[in-house]
Formats: sequence, structure tokens, C-alpha cells
Amino acid sequence: MAKIVTIKRTFWDQLYLPGVVRGLGITLRHFFVNTFGSKEIETLRYGEWDRPDPPPSSDPDAWRGKQKQRLRPERFRGRHRLMKRDDGSVRCTACMMCATICPANCIHIEAGERESPTSRSVEKFPLRFEIDELVCVVCGLCVEACPCDALRMDTQEHLPPVEHRRDAVLDREQLLSRAGVSIARDGGDGEDWRERYDATIGEARQIYRPDKQGHDDATIGYRRKPSS
Amino acid sequence: MLAILGWSLLKIVVMLGFAVGLSAVLTWMERRQSAMMQDRIGPVRANIGKLRLKGLLHPLADALKLLFKEDFIPPRARKGIFVLAPLLALIPVLLVFAVIPFGPPLCLDAWRTVGPDLAACRPEPLQIAHIDIGLLFIFAVASLGAYGAVLAGWSSFNNFGLLGGLRAAAQMLSYEITMGLAVVGALLVYGTLEPMELVQAQATLWDWGIVRQPLGFVLFLCAAIAETKRAPFDIPEGESEIVGYFVEYSGTRFMMFYLAEFLEIVFVGCLVATIFLGGWQAPGLADDGLRLFGHYLPLSHGVVVLARVLTFFLKVFLLCFLQLAIRWTLPRMRFDQLMRLGWKTLLPASLFNVVVTAGVLLAAQAAR
Repeated sequence: MAKIVTIKRTFWDQLYLPGVVRGLGITLRHFFVNTFGSKEIETLRYGEWDRPDPPPSSDPDAWRGKQKQRLRPERFRGRHRLMKRDDGSVRCTACMMCATICPANCIHIEAGERESPTSRSVEKFPLRFEIDELVCVVCGLCVEACPCDALRMDTQEHLPPVEHRRDAVLDREQLLSRAGVSIARDGGDGEDWRERYDATIGEARQIYRPDKQGHDDATIGYRRKPSS
Repeated sequence: MLAILGWSLLKIVVMLGFAVGLSAVLTWMERRQSAMMQDRIGPVRANIGKLRLKGLLHPLADALKLLFKEDFIPPRARKGIFVLAPLLALIPVLLVFAVIPFGPPLCLDAWRTVGPDLAACRPEPLQIAHIDIGLLFIFAVASLGAYGAVLAGWSSFNNFGLLGGLRAAAQMLSYEITMGLAVVGALLVYGTLEPMELVQAQATLWDWGIVRQPLGFVLFLCAAIAETKRAPFDIPEGESEIVGYFVEYSGTRFMMFYLAEFLEIVFVGCLVATIFLGGWQAPGLADDGLRLFGHYLPLSHGVVVLARVLTFFLKVFLLCFLQLAIRWTLPRMRFDQLMRLGWKTLLPASLFNVVVTAGVLLAAQAAR
């Protein structure tokens, strides 16, 4: 049942003028603070925003100090990039996991064959690796699916506006242009990795800590709770 | 004869240049100021090459855009009236500036002397038209603006336009009464209808209308903002949801309505400054120089006049700023609230103000 609430207004309230003056005080305070004082404006001038180079993966706080704009969230899904191995070749093995899981079907891979650097056999690698960023729904599933830490979306970049649609299709070289070296070990850690890490969990942590020399970060790694 | 013509032209150029220029700046100020109040940036992108001036070029860009837009007249509109309506909205607002004094009487020959004998040199009042019934003229002409709104809504063959026009008519009629009565108090105090004499009577801060007539000032400001048809009284337009009387207008004709609205803001600023804030009088600035707290700095006639003209323009600017601030602070009223405020609050209050003022004056007269 509806309940009627009567609000009692005093004569002072009904004058409205005190309320008007108070309201004006609030808006004018904002006006003067934003015009002459320290600005409280939240607007990001998208399109006029010059990001510093290199991307702020190492020390976000220093970057934040320099820029008026605020840092994007740490796990912001930006433009894709392909990662490199220690020797500088592309990490991707063209396993097609990302292309398969992609709900938008925007990843196109053409596999080729090359000598494997770690064993004496041959391995697959992407001859062509294209992502149509206009079709991409930025879900991040490709990154989740990748077993090799070869594909990431951690560049913190929006795709810049393009004049032709074909310019939004990033090919292998463009994706590699922001490549970093992954901290995951080339060729994997062998079949008995789990036992070895359980045995030397402290050492494993030591190994997979963020590395300041050369490696980007350690957001991926074998993080397991110590089995009690 | 030639001198009269020259003076008139010069004064028209100064006054209308100020009014139209300020109203153009106000279109920018409205957006930037509201942006600053709401922690936004506002429009800053219009540019000529590298020149941006914080977005001050936006009025220029807007005017260019509106001039080149299609001039659309709805097929079933009353064409003659449809074309006439924006003019009827714009011209009265331009006319009322004629009697606003933007500076003291000027003796051009004696501009170097300190405190010249003004009676000796036939001074030129800095006011386009010196009419004894100046304030009556203002109210008579300003109320013509309602016709613009009503006819615009009526002639455009649009139900929303028609309703908007009716709302405009009802609102402007209601608030004009309060506006007129609020001024009556000031008229009783100063005993003149001529704006220049009104300003001259407010020589010291103690004589300013806002001190002598505080209630009249509030009532007048309220009613005047309602006359400009802007928030919190923007019911005739209500651009965001209740469509207004100029829905069918586009291009240059729309620009005329838009310009008229901003000119009205300037006009209200001028009127409030003239009647209640001492017009071109600045506290401490006398005819022969600056007299402040016992100190005296002699200034020549020309400098004093220039300072007073600038004072007036500054006052008008600040009042425009205040109006914009009010517009971006208060939410729009409902129509019945508007009518109740107009007829049941403001009107009795203004009548009360008139009676009390008259009574006090009578008592003062009897005591003398």
C-alpha cells in the first residue's frame, strides 16, 4: 500500500532563496576551482593524448606523476601484441587456439614450418598472423587461450583511428612491433615440472618474480599455492 | 545636425557593439562556464590554424554554420508570420538598448580638465536616446518580444510549437506584472523614469537601488530571468523534453531567436545594473577624480568618463555571469509551480514592496 509522506517545509525553506544561494555556492565553487584553482576535471582528451614511450609497465607511479591523465587499469585490454623468444623469433607456434576460441573470428593464422631451436625436429610458426581490430570484441579470450604466452593485450593502447579499414587489420610485423620477451621458458619446463616446482617452491618463486632486466613482467607464471 | 547624427551613430555602435558582442561571447561562456561548474572541459576545439583561444572561436563557427544552413519553412506554415516572428523577437530586444545609459554626460572639448563645469559645455549623455519615460519605453518595447514567441509557435503549424508559444505568452504576461511592480518601488525612491537621471541619483553606494530596494531587487531579478525564458523558467522552450515554440525554425531564423535570447540576458544585465546597481557609478569615483577613504586622486574628465563606461560594462558582464550561473544551478520548474510562484508569491511580494516603500517615503516626508 502506498504510504504518503508529508514533508513539512518551514517558511525559510519556502522562501527558496537560501536554497538558491546555497546551490549557487556549490556550482560557483566548482567553477572557480576548475577555472583558477587545481582542476577537478576528469575528462580525458581522447585523441589528443600522447602516451609516453615505452609503455608504462615498469613503474606506473612515476608515469602517473608525469602525466595529467590517469593510468588505465592494470588489466586494461588494449591493442594486441605478439611476444618474442629470447632469440627474437616469434613465440607463437600457430596452434590456432586463439583463432578457434575467438568469438568474433577476427584472428587469421597461416602456419609455416621451421627448425625448432630447442629440439632437432621442426615446429610450426605463423607465416601470417592477422587480427582485424575492427571485428575484435576485446574479450581477451585469445590471450587466455594462448598456451605459449605468445599473444597479449597488455599494451594499454587504444587502437588509433584509421582512414581505411585495411589499416585496422594488424599483420604479424605490426603485432610484433611492440613485442617483449616473455619470462616463460622457451620450450617449456619439461614433463616433470610440477614435481620439480613442488619440491623447490621457494626457488620457483624466485625465478618467476618480476624481472627488471629485459623481461616485461611476471603476471603470468606458474603460481600455485604451496600444497600443504 | 551632423554632430547629432555622428554622436548618435557612435553611441549606437558602442552600445550595440557591446551588447551583440557580449551576447556572442555569452554563447561561448554559457558552454564553458557550465562545463567548469560540472567538472567538464567544454567546447575548445574550434580553431583557425593554431589559434584556439580556449574555444572563443566557437560563436564564430556557430554563426557561420547557421548562416549556411538550409532555411526551412514548413509547407503548411503561415509563411508571412513565420518569417516575421524571429524579427519580432529580435528587434524589440535591440530597441531597448536605446535608452540604457552606458556612461555619464561627456564633454568632449573639456576631456583634459579635472571636473569641468558640465552645464557650460552642453554635455553629450552617453545614452542613445534620452527619453523622459525611458523605463516605460523599455517595458513597452520589451513586452513586444512575447509576440515573437507566440507568433512563432502559432505560425509554424506544429502542435508542440503552438503549445510552446502559449506557454511563453502565459509566462511572459505573468512575470511582466511583477517586473513592472518591482521597479515601481525604485521609481518611488528616485522619483524619475529616465534611466540617466536614475543612475545619477545613485551617486553613493548608500543610494544604490540594491540598498534602498533589496526586496525589489530580488523580485526584479527573478521576474527578469523569467522574462528571458531561461532556466529555471525555461518552460516555453524546454529544449530537452517539452519542445518549444521555435521547433520548426532552422538556420538564420533560428539564429535570430538564439541571438535574441542572449541579447535578453545582456539587456536584463543592463537593466538591473541601471536600476539597482548604480549603472555607470563606481563607488569612490567622483566627477573630478578618485575619492576613497579620505584620499583624493584627481583624474581628468575623459579618464573618469572612460572608467565609468568600463564600470558599467563590467557590471553588466558580472550580472550576465550570475544569470548563467543561476541557469546552470537551478532545475526547471513545473508549469503550475511557475504560475504559483508568479501570481501567489512574487506578485503579492512586489505589491507589498510598493506599499511599504510608499509608506516609508510618506512618513519621511511628513517628518520633514
